[in-house]
Amino acid sequence: MFIVVLCDCLSLPPTPSSHLFIHISCFVIPSFQMQFMLLFSRQGKLRLQKWYVPLSDKEKKKITRELVQTVLARKPKMCSFLEWRDLKIVYKRYASLYFCCAIEDQDNELITLEIIHRYVELLDKYFGSVCELDIIFNFEKAYFILDEFLLGGEAQETSKKNVLKAIEQADLLQEDAKDAETSRSMLEEIGLM
Amino acid sequence: MPAPIRLRELIRTIRTARTQAEEREMIQKECAAIRSSFREEDNTYRCRNVAKLLYMHMLGYPAHFGQLECLKLIASQKFTDKRIGYLGAMLLLDERQDVHLLMTNCIKNDLNHSTQYVQGLALCTLGCMGSSEMCRDLAGEVEKLLKTSNSYLRKKAALCAVHVIRKVPELMEMFLPATKNLLSEKNHGVLHTSVVLLTEMCERSPDTLAHFRKLVPQLVRILKNLIMSGYSPEHDVSGISDPFLQVRILRLLRILGKNDDDSSEAMNDILAQVATNTETSKNVGNAILYETVLTIMDIKSESGLRVLAINILGRFLLNNDKNIRYVALTSLLKTVQTDHNAVQRHRSTIVDCLKDLDVSIKRRAMELSFALVNGNNIRGMMKELLYFLDSCDPEFKADCASGVFLAAEKYAPSKRWHIDTIMRVLTTAGSYVRDDSVPNLIQLITNSVEMHAYTVQRLYKALLDDISQQPLVQVASWCIGEYGDLLVSGQCEEEEPIQVTEDEVLDVLEGLLVSNLSTPVTRGYSLTAIMKLSTRFSSVNRIKKVVSIYGSSIDVELQQRAVEYNALFKKYDHMRPALLERMPIMEKTASNGPTEIVQTNGETEPSTVEAKHPPPVTQPTNQVRIISKNIYCIPSMTAYNKNGLKIDFTFERANPNPNIAVITIHATNSTEAEMTDFVFQAAVPKTFQLQLLSPSSNVVPALNQGTVTQVIRVLNPQKQQLRMRIKLTYTHKGSAVQDLAEVNNFPPQSWQ
Repeated sequence: MFIVVLCDCLSLPPTPSSHLFIHISCFVIPSFQMQFMLLFSRQGKLRLQKWYVPLSDKEKKKITRELVQTVLARKPKMCSFLEWRDLKIVYKRYASLYFCCAIEDQDNELITLEIIHRYVELLDKYFGSVCELDIIFNFEKAYFILDEFLLGGEAQETSKKNVLKAIEQADLLQEDAKDAETSRSMLEEIGLM
Repeated sequence: MPAPIRLRELIRTIRTARTQAEEREMIQKECAAIRSSFREEDNTYRCRNVAKLLYMHMLGYPAHFGQLECLKLIASQKFTDKRIGYLGAMLLLDERQDVHLLMTNCIKNDLNHSTQYVQGLALCTLGCMGSSEMCRDLAGEVEKLLKTSNSYLRKKAALCAVHVIRKVPELMEMFLPATKNLLSEKNHGVLHTSVVLLTEMCERSPDTLAHFRKLVPQLVRILKNLIMSGYSPEHDVSGISDPFLQVRILRLLRILGKNDDDSSEAMNDILAQVATNTETSKNVGNAILYETVLTIMDIKSESGLRVLAINILGRFLLNNDKNIRYVALTSLLKTVQTDHNAVQRHRSTIVDCLKDLDVSIKRRAMELSFALVNGNNIRGMMKELLYFLDSCDPEFKADCASGVFLAAEKYAPSKRWHIDTIMRVLTTAGSYVRDDSVPNLIQLITNSVEMHAYTVQRLYKALLDDISQQPLVQVASWCIGEYGDLLVSGQCEEEEPIQVTEDEVLDVLEGLLVSNLSTPVTRGYSLTAIMKLSTRFSSVNRIKKVVSIYGSSIDVELQQRAVEYNALFKKYDHMRPALLERMPIMEKTASNGPTEIVQTNGETEPSTVEAKHPPPVTQPTNQVRIISKNIYCIPSMTAYNKNGLKIDFTFERANPNPNIAVITIHATNSTEAEMTDFVFQAAVPKTFQLQLLSPSSNVVPALNQGTVTQVIRVLNPQKQQLRMRIKLTYTHKGSAVQDLAEVNNFPPQSWQ
């Protein structure tokens, strides 16, 4: 990812001594995107990984390892944001799980915190007082819920109700298909099909 | 063949493993079972097996043998299969493998499926990981779905389109017609994703941006409704209606209002309204305020609104929530150039943030503090910054020290104050000071003639306390060598002169020579200092002895110096006083690399022409030897050459900071018509920082009859390979021309 700061100082005089420390950005090439989201436990075990940029398995593993280490090393009094490589990391701990998003330079960190919170609320509503075990044993459902809430790193639905409704319907569809199948195989077994 | 174990069963089993080895064994066993099940082409349990594989993949085990199975699941008619199949594809496949292209046809079919949840799966997968080829093949389908009345699909199609455009920017055109009535939707999901899509399009194409400016009134209306509407349970977050949508609209308004007076005016009221009415007790309200502030600062807002925005940031700085404080400091850093006075009003709060516990907050506060230093507040600010330097973590010390030196040089109210400040930095953070500061400081001290006695006294006293900090020791050695006579004669006016004998001074300098703490460079400094004292002190014999001892030093550098000094004593004694005379005032050399200040007084012998290697450490001026000027020759290069416009880059190294490359662009025009309104813009990767100075002119004359030059300064502290993206705009023969280009052919010397 090529994060750039574009600088056009035609109208500004050359800056004084402290120019070394100033980020001057008057024109910026788009960089609003969530690059990935990771969920991991306090022991550093990965519980969910969603990547919105193409990376090799090796790169993903490396990033995961480094980032998990960095976030786990943070003290409780520190803020939820940190700069890591050329990304901004927004993380929040809920019980024993860390929710960690990587966003780009121009993104709004505070609203990302709200995105994380919304996802947690969705999980909570779906599983009924969600805990880490729910996500371990039903990881595929956690993914399905995430995929109904975010698409390509952006929120696709801002109503909690609608996301949960969609999941519910999809689950029903899954059940119906399974029921139809079990009834078919039963009928097959007793020779009626 | 017994049925493969269920997913939850497997998870439970694996979690009982007590060691890594035990877990690995279980995994291997299960993988073997899964593999043979795959080989048997078992349709019934494929889904279950792939799910298990995905679990094991998350634990870190290889799962590539399941890739094709995911494709088979996607192609299946069962919804359960498709769900797991698409999930597997998103987790196991990536666009680097050709295998992923096999998905294309399945996705195409599923995009037209009769069940919207299947269509949803396809859109999600495409929008998450679709490669450029897939996007090209399927863009038409996505475009169709963007026009559907089914809001469930429409919102997904919009985000999928965003991904397609990111991957294949040329395809943006085909989505334009479908955007026509996106904003008239009532459904918040569709609205949100539509705004995201419009934002993406506007950012990618200035023409599209101009085209969509007409949407500003509509966006303002939607935002107004969100704020004014009563409680809407479906979209409410802590009393605020759909904050996600509000933030995205504010962002789009920012992009549309930038550099456009009319649009900026049209959104002025709503911005003021949001800024004053948004509830700030929770994070969600502050998120909206933050976005509002960013928008106000970026568009052409009236000054009252800008002040309002800065004040919001000022209030953020006082917020208990450290996240809010962090965000405030980041934004203030962005605006300090353009709204300097407004930010100055919050200076004391910013300085308080230097004491924050959080590392990121401290760093931003430090950067911002340096930005706010000026002639009026230098004394107070420096007190705070020096206090910060004393107590901060090592990772900050180098930057802080450099910043202090720069600020002091620019705004020092008096020479005495300046020297005191330098002393303070050297004594408290001396080991973190950058090596290139040493020659700088030496020059500064040399040029402050009336402060020589005071300076050498203070430095001498500092040496008595601590000889471990090399930059301090080097500067001190130099000064004692130069002004040792002032030291022993007790001529200090600024403070109580100390009583010190020549022998005591020589003891200290000799101590440096033998100490394990001294680096070879430091030893060089002290030997030269001792030598210089031979014309200032009377204990010449002692000095002669020291010099002759080091004539057989193992350190080649020291040996050479000693041998030459010895020669001075023996054969060239008549020249010695002249050679070792006090240094005259040095002029600051203009750039061109780590030049050593060449000083020759009379003839020098033997003419040891020494080619010095490039920094990090530059030697001090030494009158005995001629040190050749090491001009750091960096070849020039052509950065851009298209349509008659040629841009060459020439390089210099900014002395004293070797991390700054100074690039001069030379633009020439070989066509018969001149290029007017010529604007050169540049962007660099984030680890660099860039400063663009004013160009010589905005007109590039025709037929190479003249050149437009402009200076770029690039700070490259991590010495990474320099890359640049440049944007050129100009008017040629009546039409506006714009071009973007990457510049990657920088010579290694420009960034190494």
